Amino acid sequence: MRDEITEDLLTLKDVNTSFKIDGEYYRAIDAINLHVKSNEVLAIVGESGCGKSTLATTIMGLHDPKNTHISGEIIFAGTDLLQLNEKQYNQIRGAKIGMIFQDPLSALNPLQKIGSQIEEVLLYHTTLTAQQRQQRVIELLEQVDINDPKRIANQFPHQLSGGMRQRIIIAIAIACKPDLIIADEPTTALDVTIQAQILDLLRTIQQENQAGIILITHDLGVVAEEADRVAVMYAGQIVELATVQQLFNNPKHPYTRSLLRSMPQKDSFNDELYVIDGMVPSLQKLPTVGDRFAQRIPWVSADKHEVNPTLHQVAPEHFVRCTCYQNFSFPDIKRGA
Amino acid sequence: MWKTILRRLLIMIPEIIILSVLVFILAKAMPGDPFTGSINPKADASQIHHLMRVNGLYDPWYQQYWNWIVHLFHGDLGTSYEYQEPVTTLIAQRGMNTFWLALFTMILTYVIGLPLGIYAGSHEGKLPDTLVRVYTYITMSIPFFVVLVVGVWIFGYTLNWFPTSGSIASNANGLGSTILSRLQHIILPGLLGALFGTVNIVQYLRSEVIDAKSSDYVKTARSKGVSTKNIYQHHIFRNSLLPIAAFAGYSITGLLGGSIFTEMVFSYPGMGLLFLNAINYRDYTVITSLVLLYGFLNLLGTLLSDIILSIVDPRIRVE
Ligand SMILES: Nc1ncnc2c1ncn2[C@@H]1O[C@H](COP(=O)(O)OP(=O)(O)OP(=O)(O)O)[C@@H](O)[C@H]1O
Ligand SMILES: [Mg+2]
Repeated sequence: MRDEITEDLLTLKDVNTSFKIDGEYYRAIDAINLHVKSNEVLAIVGESGCGKSTLATTIMGLHDPKNTHISGEIIFAGTDLLQLNEKQYNQIRGAKIGMIFQDPLSALNPLQKIGSQIEEVLLYHTTLTAQQRQQRVIELLEQVDINDPKRIANQFPHQLSGGMRQRIIIAIAIACKPDLIIADEPTTALDVTIQAQILDLLRTIQQENQAGIILITHDLGVVAEEADRVAVMYAGQIVELATVQQLFNNPKHPYTRSLLRSMPQKDSFNDELYVIDGMVPSLQKLPTVGDRFAQRIPWVSADKHEVNPTLHQVAPEHFVRCTCYQNFSFPDIKRGA
Repeated sequence: MWKTILRRLLIMIPEIIILSVLVFILAKAMPGDPFTGSINPKADASQIHHLMRVNGLYDPWYQQYWNWIVHLFHGDLGTSYEYQEPVTTLIAQRGMNTFWLALFTMILTYVIGLPLGIYAGSHEGKLPDTLVRVYTYITMSIPFFVVLVVGVWIFGYTLNWFPTSGSIASNANGLGSTILSRLQHIILPGLLGALFGTVNIVQYLRSEVIDAKSSDYVKTARSKGVSTKNIYQHHIFRNSLLPIAAFAGYSITGLLGGSIFTEMVFSYPGMGLLFLNAINYRDYTVITSLVLLYGFLNLLGTLLSDIILSIVDPRIRVE
């Protein structure tokens, strides 16, 4: 992987996160190497349970050290976040890195007014006076396209719709103009029309602030629309890392190809959707050696897989795990080309 | 807000009417009469019949009910057959005693319960939490009256630290010594009641705090860079305490009914003891008045809780 740390906003080096389950530690994300540049959108895709949220909360330092073990390096703007104490981390969270959560219904404190929830982040990261903070809250609400911001600032979360609440969460995440925004499935809980609006909003904000974005999603349509680069995750590992063009035009890893094949095509109504059998194994059931995806493609013989699959560079900016992609093909299925 | 409160109060009127009819009929249905055995034991049946007639106890029930209501509206709840005193006077006296004990118990309960619950919740799984939980299990597994009896035996009779009966010393004169004497009489029952009453608060608060800690909004707050201390202060404690605040409205009116156990063990002349004696002596006028009062307090408690809740929790409005 590349080494130019200077131009990268965020670099993850061999990051592992393990959770303690019944007294033993199990890896939820495994040897993640990634980088995000300013002004780019890196999408992270993968099925439920493959470790996307864990990756996000690991970067944000939100795990309880009592039952989580994290190793590796997370270099953000030159500092290794994993070396910071709680106080130092708090100066980065909310200020330099903003996070948008999946569920806008529960992510806001039900008993606090919208205005003061946005103001809170300004309170701890800026030297603005109370009056200036109020002013900034209104500006932020305008920025996330909320009409009548003065009134909304005085309302409580339950008085707003899901889409509105997600805008509030975004306003909180961008309040201090962070360099990096991590959005963990920001639109999953919203209906389709609202989804597009929220994604547009994120795009606009990212361009205005020149921020880097990590966009977690399991919607490949969103990836195609919004992202510059994509990391495909499976069972805690990155199995393919590429630019959006490379990934959609020339997918390599069997998992990526399965995902793409399972996407509904706008122009082919009659085709049945391809579904990958099985699901991501639970942490305790992960295979310790070999290709973790092998059990989902049983028709590929064992000798096609690497014993310890690593990422291979196949093009500039394009990496694939395991050599099994080289002569992989789908078994005969009904679906037309 | 005021409008809805007023409306809620109006709704209470039919509820109270129904309650009063029920109370009255039930009281009448109780076996026995208030006179047998309470006047001259040699009194014959005709004398008792005479008393019954004079007191209107042979009138049809609706007649009696109506008389009762009319008097009630004149602030006359009748005369206690047992004490030969107006019921209003009795309730005022006893009510005062119970009020002081209830207030004291309530304050102690919250003063002990809130910090314990919060502390246990925020130190979940650690030693202080374990200690608090042992305490709650112990209190839960011992019956309240056992604690009362043992308490009064140790601190009252054996150590002689506190008086063992009454609500005020007969020789207390002047404001200072009155207050002091009242305090002496309520400290032990109040403390024992509070040690018991805290259990609910502690357990409830503890689990509220634990839930809040892992809630999504706390995660949001952490991702905003808010320090742990401030998260506890501005999010966790506040959110966990609100339901308790609302519950307070209900429990104060409950306490005003008086605790029968406590008042019995401490011979404390409050509402609970009054009620118990009234039942023993078939003191109809007192029973009906008290049951009506309890019902009223109950309705009031619910209303009070709703009002408090609507003030502290924006999601709830009294409609
Ligand atoms: N705190 C935790 N303790 C133990 N196991 C956990 C914890 N958090 C996540 N896991 C496990 O780690 C794995 C990855 O979970 P994660 O939430 O990161 O997946 P995800 O890709 O975000 O899935 P989804 O699309 O459903 O959000 C899962 O097997 C999950 O059960
Ligand atoms: Mg997730």
